Amino acid sequence: MNEKRLRGLSLQVLPFTEIADLSISERVRKILNLVLGKKIVIIHGRLRPEEEARLIEDTMALVDHVKDFTGIELAVIEPDLKGRNIYVKFKHSLAKKLVGDSEALTVVGPSSIVKEIKKDPKKIELLLD
Amino acid sequence: MFTIFKDFSKRLKNLFSKKESVKIGFYGPPNAGKTSLANRICKDWTGEEIGVVSKIPHETRHVQFREKVEIKHKGKTLTFKLVDTPGIATKIDYEEFLNFGIKKPDAKKRAKEATQGIIESIQWLDDMDAVVIVLDAAENPYSQVNITIIGNLVARKIPVLIIANKIDLKKADIKKVESAFPEYKVVGISAKDGLNMDEFYDSLFQLANKV
Repeated sequence: MNEKRLRGLSLQVLPFTEIADLSISERVRKILNLVLGKKIVIIHGRLRPEEEARLIEDTMALVDHVKDFTGIELAVIEPDLKGRNIYVKFKHSLAKKLVGDSEALTVVGPSSIVKEIKKDPKKIELLLD
Repeated sequence: MFTIFKDFSKRLKNLFSKKESVKIGFYGPPNAGKTSLANRICKDWTGEEIGVVSKIPHETRHVQFREKVEIKHKGKTLTFKLVDTPGIATKIDYEEFLNFGIKKPDAKKRAKEATQGIIESIQWLDDMDAVVIVLDAAENPYSQVNITIIGNLVARKIPVLIIANKIDLKKADIKKVESAFPEYKVVGISAKDGLNMDEFYDSLFQLANKV
């Protein structure tokens, strides 16, 4: 009997409130621990630029030390505010200042599973291996 | 609070220390042509190239620099320290190098050096006075690495110039790069063929003036 093996895909949604009070190191460690567990992490919100840079730095350090770990695929999807009125833009920037970029979504996955994240302004495609 | 203090102390330092030359970093993803552009500048103005160029990604695996590059352009002179950095990526797989005919032990060594090079590139960001982002005009500019690099420069208040390199390629699309980064000036060049270098030098002087 031919047996087809189906591989599962594990997604983990991480509400921003779960990482909001963590330091940069703790946030990055939490995300990378999930990615090392072969999970695709979807964060409700976006990391700050320095956190994204730290995520890349720590990923590279792990590639050097963890067998079969080749890195991550990372993408941020943000609401398109082009053409929206000033009130909407103001509301968005105020919310961003007060509670972080909660309207954005950040996708982080192990590059062994997510081959590529194709991003255009209005859509995102995850190409799996 | 710390950022405000850091920013204030940087401004204060700049006010009282007369800089002899600015540090201009060349950043971007692997294989975008950072070293090709750095080589063209160095060869034109110092007579010597700065590094080796290759079709294999991550050829530059250490930060390399040239002190006091002096450019004379349209009656003006710009002296700067040119810092060429390894391409920043989020993944490194040694198997990718095997496709270029590199043997397994060398591919593994190259991968290890490449990961360290990326860490080095990121750590050098803080030291830059201005940055030239070199992108491959034939590739999709909406890569998160590009956005992360630019986001970090904006957060550090470091002036940025975006170069859409490889305009000699049929697939090159400067408009796409411009629409990805509408807040920045984008200059299309071919570092390999020396196309549009005049506009590049104009923009480089403007960039240095923002420091």
